[in-house]
Amino acid sequence: MTGILLLEQTLNGLQFGLMLFLLASGLTLVFGIMDMINLAHGALYMVGAFFAAWFTSLTGAFVWGVLLAVPATAVVGMLLEATLLRTLYARDHLSQVLATFALILILNESVRMIWGSDLALSPPDALAGPVELIPGLYYPSYRLLIIGVGLALAALLYLLVVRTRVGALVRAGASNREMALAMGVNIKWLFTAVFGLGAAMCAVAGAMLGPLLAVQVGMGESILILAFVVIVIGGIGSIWGAFVGSLLVGFVDTFGRTLLPFLFREFLPPQWAAAAAPAVASILIYLLMAVVLFLRPQGLFAARS
Amino acid sequence: MKHMQTSRAWAWWLAAGVAVAFPFAMQALDETFYISMASRMLIYGLAAVSLNLVLGYGGLVSFGHAAFVGIGAYTVGILITEGVPNGWIGFALAMAIAAAFAAVIGAVSLRTRGVYFIMITLAFAQMVFYLVNSVKAYGGDEGLNLSERSAFGLGLDLKDDTTFYFFVLALLAACLFGIHRLMHSRFGRVILAIRDDEVRAESIGYPVYRYKLILFVMAGALGGLAGALMVNQQNYVSPNLLHWTQSGLLMVMVILGGVGTLAGGLWGAIVLLTLEDVISEYTIHWQFYVGWVLLAVVLLAPKGLAGLRWPRRRKDGRP
Repeated sequence: MTGILLLEQTLNGLQFGLMLFLLASGLTLVFGIMDMINLAHGALYMVGAFFAAWFTSLTGAFVWGVLLAVPATAVVGMLLEATLLRTLYARDHLSQVLATFALILILNESVRMIWGSDLALSPPDALAGPVELIPGLYYPSYRLLIIGVGLALAALLYLLVVRTRVGALVRAGASNREMALAMGVNIKWLFTAVFGLGAAMCAVAGAMLGPLLAVQVGMGESILILAFVVIVIGGIGSIWGAFVGSLLVGFVDTFGRTLLPFLFREFLPPQWAAAAAPAVASILIYLLMAVVLFLRPQGLFAARS
Repeated sequence: MKHMQTSRAWAWWLAAGVAVAFPFAMQALDETFYISMASRMLIYGLAAVSLNLVLGYGGLVSFGHAAFVGIGAYTVGILITEGVPNGWIGFALAMAIAAAFAAVIGAVSLRTRGVYFIMITLAFAQMVFYLVNSVKAYGGDEGLNLSERSAFGLGLDLKDDTTFYFFVLALLAACLFGIHRLMHSRFGRVILAIRDDEVRAESIGYPVYRYKLILFVMAGALGGLAGALMVNQQNYVSPNLLHWTQSGLLMVMVILGGVGTLAGGLWGAIVLLTLEDVISEYTIHWQFYVGWVLLAVVLLAPKGLAGLRWPRRRKDGRP
């Protein structure tokens, strides 16, 4: 029984971590290469989810909803980069915070004006039920799909960043922007492309998580902070760090929420345990981040030497 | 900032005159609703001014200031709920507890710098946010409704909106004057020296870390004071007051008004909240338009509305 519970929670943690990775990968590249704090990254996740819900209702198929939402969100991201964010790279972090905070307000309200405060999005009927993975372990098939998509995209991103010429340019930009510029890398084009890629990843995460959470205005704000936690733990600018950080945050958060109540019940009076466990569980990842920063101020895998 | 006392003294007296005359004018016009609204602006102004201590003078981009405001608000709220409406105790405890949190958070956060400092202050603020959220005894995520305001005796009836307004105004004026004196004291000079060149300040022999920590704690305490006022103004406090977007909002106010200027946060708060109130009269989508105004400020007035002086801007991410 407990073995099955643990396995189930491991899958949940993996699923959560992989979706965080989709958000964090774009964020860490933007942060690492352009030294830019983009608070509006979570808003792109929201835009992606709304696109997915809208296209799904138009086409009648979840698959088409997701497939159309990804390029649409990438276009929105690249437009934002080319028109506004590009002018912010040379500015200090405070200006970036103010501008991208303004962008959150604008995007949130734009979405509200176009689609209203929320949209319905449900997973395809074929994936509505659970599957029996091993005897006794029934796991929602839709969550399995999320894990599959997450793993596939993580592998694809890894190949792109580590094995291709574009990836080499991206890594060069992340580890030393000035030097990459001096070596003749077309940073301008690269930045726009990276931003588009990051937005596309956001869209996948928003579309896949939409049916599990809720497609609503403001959905990007809470998950954005988690993505920041991930990239700070992993080391800003490092894709590998973002991957490790995502899984770490995913597992710590999931296991904290399931195991702490058991643990606390062992050592504390029941009414205390009932109150303390959720509280501690919800701050666990922030505690993790504070500890990592305290011990390794550059994160686990610093991209810059 | 240096020449504020001499060259811009008239502006300060004018502002003070307007602020004192405001509630009487509103009473004469029978628009007393605006007095309460003005109190809210002044309180947010105080919160932003306290953030500016670390953000502007200290050059430390703290992204968790709402936590201190929230701690102050919850301290007073919980005391009133528990039948201790005494304002002297409530406000003192609000500042003390906020200061204690700031001491712990600052002690850890100030070991990091640049972007990492931004993120770790954010992380701590999130911890406080979730802690408050989980305290079911005091409303949890639904917040805490209060039936009365803090009582200070001395014939002060804070339930009266005009009295409350002057109470807030007096505290704000005292804080502004105190910060002005502080920044012209030896302590303030050292803080500015650290902001402009930390290595140099350290090599001269100043205990940089200790100075920054003291500044951080002061800002936390004043944030707590703003929170204590806020809960009194709204008769309500909820975890939303500690959400990271509130910290962002306070930062926006400071940047809008002018980072590193004494009253920048105050002007930023007044401008932002006025915009909010005016635009929301016409459309529910006021955030859309406020967003465009903020964008315009970033792009067209890089140094905020004060637009004056914050010398030697440096990108914070650099070691």
